[in-house]
Amino acid sequence: MSVKNNMSVKNNLSANEANSEKETIEQPTNTDSFMRTVIVAVVLCLVCSIIVSSAAVLLKEKQVSNASLDKKKNVLVAANLLKAGSDVTNTDIETAFANIEQKFVDLSTGRFVEVDNPAGFNQRKAAKASETSIAIENDPAGIGRRSKIASVYLVTSGNKVDKIILPIHGKGLFSTLYGFIALEADKQTIVGLKFYEQGETPGLGGEVENPRWLALWKGKKLLNNNGQLALKLVKTIPANEFEVDALSGASMTTRGLQNMLDYWLSEQGFGLFLARLDVQKGEA
Amino acid sequence: MAIDKQELKNVIVKPIFDNNPIALQVLGVCSALAVTSKLETALVMCIALTLVTAFSGMLISLIRHQIPSSIRIIVQMTIIASLVIVVDQLLKAYAFETAKQMSVFVGLIITNCIVMGRAEAYAMKNGPVMSFFDGIGNGLGYSAILICVAVTRELLGSGSILGFTILTPIKDGGWYQTNGLLLLPPSAFFIIGLLIWALRTWKPEQVEEKS
Repeated sequence: MSVKNNMSVKNNLSANEANSEKETIEQPTNTDSFMRTVIVAVVLCLVCSIIVSSAAVLLKEKQVSNASLDKKKNVLVAANLLKAGSDVTNTDIETAFANIEQKFVDLSTGRFVEVDNPAGFNQRKAAKASETSIAIENDPAGIGRRSKIASVYLVTSGNKVDKIILPIHGKGLFSTLYGFIALEADKQTIVGLKFYEQGETPGLGGEVENPRWLALWKGKKLLNNNGQLALKLVKTIPANEFEVDALSGASMTTRGLQNMLDYWLSEQGFGLFLARLDVQKGEA
Repeated sequence: MAIDKQELKNVIVKPIFDNNPIALQVLGVCSALAVTSKLETALVMCIALTLVTAFSGMLISLIRHQIPSSIRIIVQMTIIASLVIVVDQLLKAYAFETAKQMSVFVGLIITNCIVMGRAEAYAMKNGPVMSFFDGIGNGLGYSAILICVAVTRELLGSGSILGFTILTPIKDGGWYQTNGLLLLPPSAFFIIGLLIWALRTWKPEQVEEKS
């Protein structure tokens, strides 16, 4: 047994290194006994698991704070309160985030609700579990299920709401895009848009992250005079405030984006909440 | 344990041009395609892979006489996997932005053939110090190719190096028409192919004999 194994070791090795084969010969022959194998495996697993778990536990705090800072940064960029890509320190983010409030909305009623663990609320996780989510019947955004409760961010001064930041997500061409859309207090003028996770074609659909393109969204309106959602991505030169220049070479990503906005800004998404929200009192 | 200086030099320098893990042994190509659209991610990947190869080589070499040969591959994998997880955790804690861009590819160092190849071919037969430097050497060889590919891809694909704009692209109001192909993984195949061609023209002994 051990002879055969040593042979195969040498065969594998000879391809690359021909030096110091003497050490393989010196190897004690009892390493292959059953007990020895079990002991080595158990000890190795114990040592490795201790190393891995201690690294995970020791670094967890830092990682969690990184993830939450990253989320705050994306919210701020969507609301145009922080420049994307510029060198911002963690204190900048915390200061800018000071007058932003995270709220939770029951999408079926449009009312604010309390959740048990606000810091640990994960909308993506909630959308997967059957008790915290609902299946979407007419599913333009291609996401299957959505969380019953959504977390929204409000930029407030006193009780008054200045800006509303809503999380949106939906299928593009290759990936699900995750982002935030920020609205003025009139609930219909766009302040900004930001995608923080996407896997579209680099250089084409991936341009949804290009700040120059995202800047085109500022000031666009959602609803027409009849109160219907009129915002459209167009392939022609935008003629009015309801039209945004689509990404060239990225028809599928653009279509996904349009469907995503249609869904999340409709009654199925944040429509009821936007209708209920009293921007003067900050209540819904 | 005496360390031969010549041997040490060989172990570190040889994998860079003479026995390059990507160009000659054609190992670790998958990650070379995936993380080279930007120089920054490529550099982090190089550092991560070099450290993992070096330390896994050292640790495996330290216990090489204890490893039963029937389970040696899984033992090597366990050690490599543990190191990779530690590296991944460190990146998530101290280089969050880059870690996010590299997503699964840090974890995939576990299956990178270079790491496994060096553990099996070198660390199982040589002392810990030499195995450590062998890992460094192979990491440098991998890094040399990755950096060449990443510089080409980022410069011609996005007009920048390490995020600093060198050739201002048309979409940002400049003159340079970016080459979208270079942002997609297949372009790395072309660049690696050209690099191998160049390397084998310079060192004809690397050309395989015709059978």
